[in-house]
Amino acid sequence: MNQTLSSLPALGPALPEIVLAVTALVLVLVGAFKGDQAKKLIDTIAILALVVAGFLLLDQSPGKVSTFNDAFRADSFARAMKGLTLIGSIAAIILSSRFLVEQKIARFEYTILILLSTIGMMMMCSANELISLYLGVELQSLALYVVASIQRDSAKSAEAGLKYFVLGALSSGMLLYGMSLVYGFTGSVTFPVIAKAVTGGHGAGVMIGLVFIVAGLAFKMSVVPFHMWTPDVYEGSPTPVAAFFATAPKMAAVAMTTRILIDAFLPVLKDWQPIIAFAAIASMGLGAFAAIGQKNIKRLMAYSSIANMGYALVGLAAGTQNGVEGVVIFMTIYLAMTLGVFAVILSMQVNGVRVENIDDLAGASRTNPGLAFVMAALMFSLIGIPPLAGFFGKFYVFAAAVEAKLFALAVIGIVSSVVSAFYYLRVVKVMYFDAPAPAFQTAGGEVRAVMWLSGAFVILFVVVANPIRSMAAAAAKSLF
Amino acid sequence: MFGFGILSGLLVLPLVGALLVLATKNDEAGSRNARWIAFWTTIVTFVLSLVALSRFDSKQAGFQLVERMNWLGENIVYQLGVDGIAMPFVILTTFLMPFCIAASFYSIKERAKEYYALFLLLETLMIGVFASLDLVLFYVFFEAGLIPMFLIIGIWGGARRIYASFKFFLYTLLGSVLMLIAIMAMYWTAGTTDIVKLLAFKFPSGMQYWLWLAFFASFAVKMPMWPVHTWLPDAHVEAPTAGSVILAGILLKMGGYGFIRFSLPMFPEASLYFANLVFALSVIAIIYTSLVAMMQEDIKKLIAYSSVAHMGFVTMGLFTLNAQGVQGAVFQMVSHGLVSGALFLCVGVVYDRMHTRMISAYGGLVNKMPIYAVIFLLFTMANVGLPGTSGFVGEFLTLLGSYKANTWVAFFATTGVIFSACYALWLFARVVYGKVEKHALETIPDLDARELALLVPLALLTVYYGVQPDVILNMSQASVDALIGAMKTGLGGKLALLAQ
Repeated sequence: MNQTLSSLPALGPALPEIVLAVTALVLVLVGAFKGDQAKKLIDTIAILALVVAGFLLLDQSPGKVSTFNDAFRADSFARAMKGLTLIGSIAAIILSSRFLVEQKIARFEYTILILLSTIGMMMMCSANELISLYLGVELQSLALYVVASIQRDSAKSAEAGLKYFVLGALSSGMLLYGMSLVYGFTGSVTFPVIAKAVTGGHGAGVMIGLVFIVAGLAFKMSVVPFHMWTPDVYEGSPTPVAAFFATAPKMAAVAMTTRILIDAFLPVLKDWQPIIAFAAIASMGLGAFAAIGQKNIKRLMAYSSIANMGYALVGLAAGTQNGVEGVVIFMTIYLAMTLGVFAVILSMQVNGVRVENIDDLAGASRTNPGLAFVMAALMFSLIGIPPLAGFFGKFYVFAAAVEAKLFALAVIGIVSSVVSAFYYLRVVKVMYFDAPAPAFQTAGGEVRAVMWLSGAFVILFVVVANPIRSMAAAAAKSLF
Repeated sequence: MFGFGILSGLLVLPLVGALLVLATKNDEAGSRNARWIAFWTTIVTFVLSLVALSRFDSKQAGFQLVERMNWLGENIVYQLGVDGIAMPFVILTTFLMPFCIAASFYSIKERAKEYYALFLLLETLMIGVFASLDLVLFYVFFEAGLIPMFLIIGIWGGARRIYASFKFFLYTLLGSVLMLIAIMAMYWTAGTTDIVKLLAFKFPSGMQYWLWLAFFASFAVKMPMWPVHTWLPDAHVEAPTAGSVILAGILLKMGGYGFIRFSLPMFPEASLYFANLVFALSVIAIIYTSLVAMMQEDIKKLIAYSSVAHMGFVTMGLFTLNAQGVQGAVFQMVSHGLVSGALFLCVGVVYDRMHTRMISAYGGLVNKMPIYAVIFLLFTMANVGLPGTSGFVGEFLTLLGSYKANTWVAFFATTGVIFSACYALWLFARVVYGKVEKHALETIPDLDARELALLVPLALLTVYYGVQPDVILNMSQASVDALIGAMKTGLGGKLALLAQ
């Protein structure tokens, strides 16, 4: 009896994931019996489950705990990133409720798929070995492929889903190939064991494996040169789905990249640092220059997210505790800003028709002053102008790069942020300096709530910066 | 010493005013309320700054009225305080603000409440720049000022306002981000961004050069120094009158203040090393922009170029690294804040009547606007640096200092004084003297009571500081002496090389 009990893995550390998984399965049943009319009920239960999962995360003991034979690890870093992921998922469900009904695509599977991909993302945050990491990635990706093409009648949405699927499958293949090489040359899939094996020299096999793994991860984070899918997928998929893509999966992808590079490959920092630094520079540069010509605001945000992932990688490239702290702070702020911008995009509706060109915002400061105010704050924050939140995000990642003496990276990054200022400013210019276009109709309460919350966060961050910084510091500490 | 004090009050007051302004209604009465709320907020802020001044002991060199609170951890702190160098700028800011608000009463009709709210926000940020005693906090205020100024130029500006606002924003942003990298490097080297501690910290000489250059990039753009001054004429021309006053009166002074607060005391070796570079750029600025000013056909552009030239005297004075030069630079900045602000107000007076800034559209104003002519003449003379006006004292002291440091620099810079007389007097002659030939000018009214109330106090102060420069000089004396003393000990024998 005792034998069987002790061979059963401890479930406590994975309780939030288990709650979500059980909820998702139950909701599938509810959906199967009740059909799409139960969408509202399913939404409510899903949000409740996500909130409960969030509280369970808060309730976990602050130390590091491993379970499932060291395949799953719960520590402060995982908790922080999972918390951000949960926020992204909750926002995605809230933002989409009205939109899906209006576009006549309110299918109950949507919410369940988001729930399932959230479980995948939480696995990615907690994975402590290559196999559980891969399982998390696949669970997340497969759900996202379907969500991207949820608008079946729209060619663009189908194209987005297909593109995402083909390229995603390719990147998963690369990831898997890299993992098999690393396993073959180090003899283990567990991160700490890999770290021991690569300490003090390693063969070319590990190096090639590492490159493949980083390439696969780069696709998931949508950083250059594996970014090509991003603008099309953002533009093609329904706006709330794009909002989801831009937030929650990014949190998980950055989390798993950080964990695998720090936990498994920190001893060979010198090998991966140039790769990450290159990806960071290329992403920031491309994000800054390619966005200048964009007219569609969702495409603009796609390039903006590419650039922002580049900034996150600047902190990671440092490979230090302060760097990881910077990454966590940056991702927190990025999440808030992106949700805010997408809430604004979701409010852009003239006489029942959705518009998504930057020019449609013209004169919004007169026609929709509140919306224009929040959007302007978000744009200045994305540029990185203090005292708005975006400044502090950039401050901590660049400070980490400077600490690690990566001066070139810091200077190039910060100059590219000046270039990107041009197109963010253009949005402000269109809203504040140009003659008014037709006013937007009043958006739904939930969209306005998300918009104002994120606006308040961005403006008041300067006051609440320290608790968030402490949280990020604790998260970073648990990786070192 | 701990917690909130009078300087925090100076920061919070305009913000509260801005929120009140935003709460007004969107109609005629609402915008009237908005401007009176804004006006009285700036007056109360000014009175509070006088209270701060009364508690300020100018005989002490160190920072006073210090407040400190942990902000981002224990090493990046919310710390405020002023010394004899910061105090004049704080007062200048709070003093000029009511003028800016009052100058906008009738010229700003569109979206008035946003306008006043942005100005009040800008006041908080500007006071914050001069009062912060933490590098990151300083950077936050320094950079945040871009947002309101961008919107002020872009929304209420002239025909090419969008071009000017973008140029202003991107130019200054590019300069400042390099300073941000330097701030991070200093943080990791010294372990803190507390300015009081940084002033006592000696940075390795190799590092000083890079840090100095990064700070220079930021402050040189802000000053602005030749050749990165080109954003200023555009911004000035397109900005509404009050925007120009703030730009010339205070925003430009942030660069000079930054040099005194950071570059000189924290990187003394680099300052000495690069002094000749600064001299060269300053002299070019003084002569070249004076010549450029002569050829301008737009009154505001002419004054903008003359500002660049005057800032050339400031940078020259600062890097003489002697007491006369540095004190002269501080005085010149305060005086220029008054005089150029007043000149832009004078331009605003005729612009409000004629809606053009072209010199050729005017002529013979003395016949129709005698009082205006007298006041405009006074400020023109102050701009030229006539003895008896405040403009003279600053130029004289900086030239005196540079004569000690480098005679040739003083020689060339002095020619700038002559050029300034050329463009300023020629401008005055073309606008004010002669017969009234333009039909539109036949009925132009002279200054009304509000405009008189705006310009007369500035005129009195300009003369008062010209006759009694001690008022400002005494305030900054102790701090400047301490600064020079600290630099001398920091440099050891090297300063002698410069002063030979």
